[in-house]
Amino acid sequence: MDIKNIKNEFPIFTQKINGKPLVYLDSANSSQKPKVVIDRISSFYETEYSNVGRSVHTLAVKATNRFEATRDLVKKYINAAHREEIIFTKGATEAINLVASTYGKKYINKGDEILITELEHHSNYVPWHFIRSEKGAVIKFAPVNKNGDVEIDEIKKLISNKTKIIAITHISNVTGAVLPIKQIVDLAKEKNIPVLIDGTQGAPHSYIDMQNIGCDFYAVSCHKMYGPNGLGILYAKKKWLDDLPPYQGGGGMINEVNKDEITFAEAPTKFEPGTMQTAEVVSFAESINFIEKLGIKNIASHENEVLEYGLETLRKNNSINIIGNPKNRGSVLCFTLKNIHPHDIATILDDDGVAIRAGHHCCQILHEKLGLSATARASIGVYNDKDDIDKLSEAIQNCQKVFKG
Amino acid sequence: MELKELYQEIILDHGKNPRNKGKCDGYTNDAKAHNPLCGDKVHIYLKLNNEKLIEDLSFEGEGCAISLAYASILTEITKGKDLSFIKKISEDFLNMIKTKTKITLNSLTEDQVTTITSLSGVQEFPMRVKCATMVWHTLLSAIEKK
Repeated sequence: MDIKNIKNEFPIFTQKINGKPLVYLDSANSSQKPKVVIDRISSFYETEYSNVGRSVHTLAVKATNRFEATRDLVKKYINAAHREEIIFTKGATEAINLVASTYGKKYINKGDEILITELEHHSNYVPWHFIRSEKGAVIKFAPVNKNGDVEIDEIKKLISNKTKIIAITHISNVTGAVLPIKQIVDLAKEKNIPVLIDGTQGAPHSYIDMQNIGCDFYAVSCHKMYGPNGLGILYAKKKWLDDLPPYQGGGGMINEVNKDEITFAEAPTKFEPGTMQTAEVVSFAESINFIEKLGIKNIASHENEVLEYGLETLRKNNSINIIGNPKNRGSVLCFTLKNIHPHDIATILDDDGVAIRAGHHCCQILHEKLGLSATARASIGVYNDKDDIDKLSEAIQNCQKVFKG
Repeated sequence: MELKELYQEIILDHGKNPRNKGKCDGYTNDAKAHNPLCGDKVHIYLKLNNEKLIEDLSFEGEGCAISLAYASILTEITKGKDLSFIKKISEDFLNMIKTKTKITLNSLTEDQVTTITSLSGVQEFPMRVKCATMVWHTLLSAIEKK
């Protein structure tokens, strides 16, 4: 497999969109799926499917083994110390909700502080808002600077003896800023404050090593990693697994149930109630294999090359304003176009087969700070190349022609 | 699905130079709406007199060309009209977008029919329908407020 020809591994690129070849620049929203992942979903349903962890028949054993094999693979991929630190969830959103709800219930009280940043996606703000309303806690926002970065000093300034958790994004889905997560974790460790990292944009584009980063929680979105929809991962450091209460109740997560008392299963099962996403977990192993075959570092450097070319190309157009100029930018390129609203841009680009996203990208706090109600966003995945950027640039010019602007 | 049908000359014109923008003097009713998915905002102001006639109306808002143009055109069509006309035309407009039915109202001038019909292109862009319909729903809720 070669990154240059990687589009061939993705069946979606064989079709035309509005009569044009598909230029998919919306991977920060969701990535496309390689054939190996799609095939694994059907082969699993065709030959191995059963529910996991319950029945004793042959298929149940097979399915359970496959399911647990993905957990081992993820453990190895993110270099977690223990396999039970890998908890499967509905998505990164549920992973963060799980922490906010269980940790919040146990450790956050009236007047306590939750420290997040102005860059956060709603999924790393709203769950903490619930705890704020329920417990009378306070949310502090580390400010974003004019480049779209959050300086570590700003985080440092906001840490107090009431700070109960720091929850920050790894890579911003709007400005693309890559936060110095390891330094932030080190800083928090001095004060004994746990750190949650929203790795939704980080995990698809960077080498993530849990033992090296040293965070307490890391949330992953599998559908942005060339994996199936409806699946996320919460990495939770072992010390929290017994300590935190269960998130949701149901089948499978219990040890013993009687009329007066219920005891719970050990983690990770304790946090995985009900029938889990079986085919999704099983096929996610193929997403990791796909990434590993190419090498995440090679993927990142390829994406970076395309991104740099994108910045260079778009900067040549005087009507384009690129949002943010962070020290390190990861795979997203948000922009506005003079006198043309982002939604009109997105509709007109689509006519040329170019798929981008427009809106506030679930970051209203950040957009308010930027003084913009919406931006247009092109985001890069492994399958993008410089040709896609040229097509994007042409489509933007066509858009300007429609508006004569 | 033709892009030209959505971004017609009339839409681009009203989008760039929206009519009746601002807050009209002595308004009696107002209502606002917000599309949380895209951040579009609209605020309608109208001056209703005793004969149930819209003497004046205007809007404030931010959003894409479609939402601004549809709001602007709405103010032109409904200004000076009575409530029964407005209810009927709103219904007709929303039906036209939803089910592609034709505008049936007799009291419209030929120009108005052409204008309204020109708005039907958005039917082919399901993700943009709300940009077009939000202002009409907002007008109806402004009327109902008093």
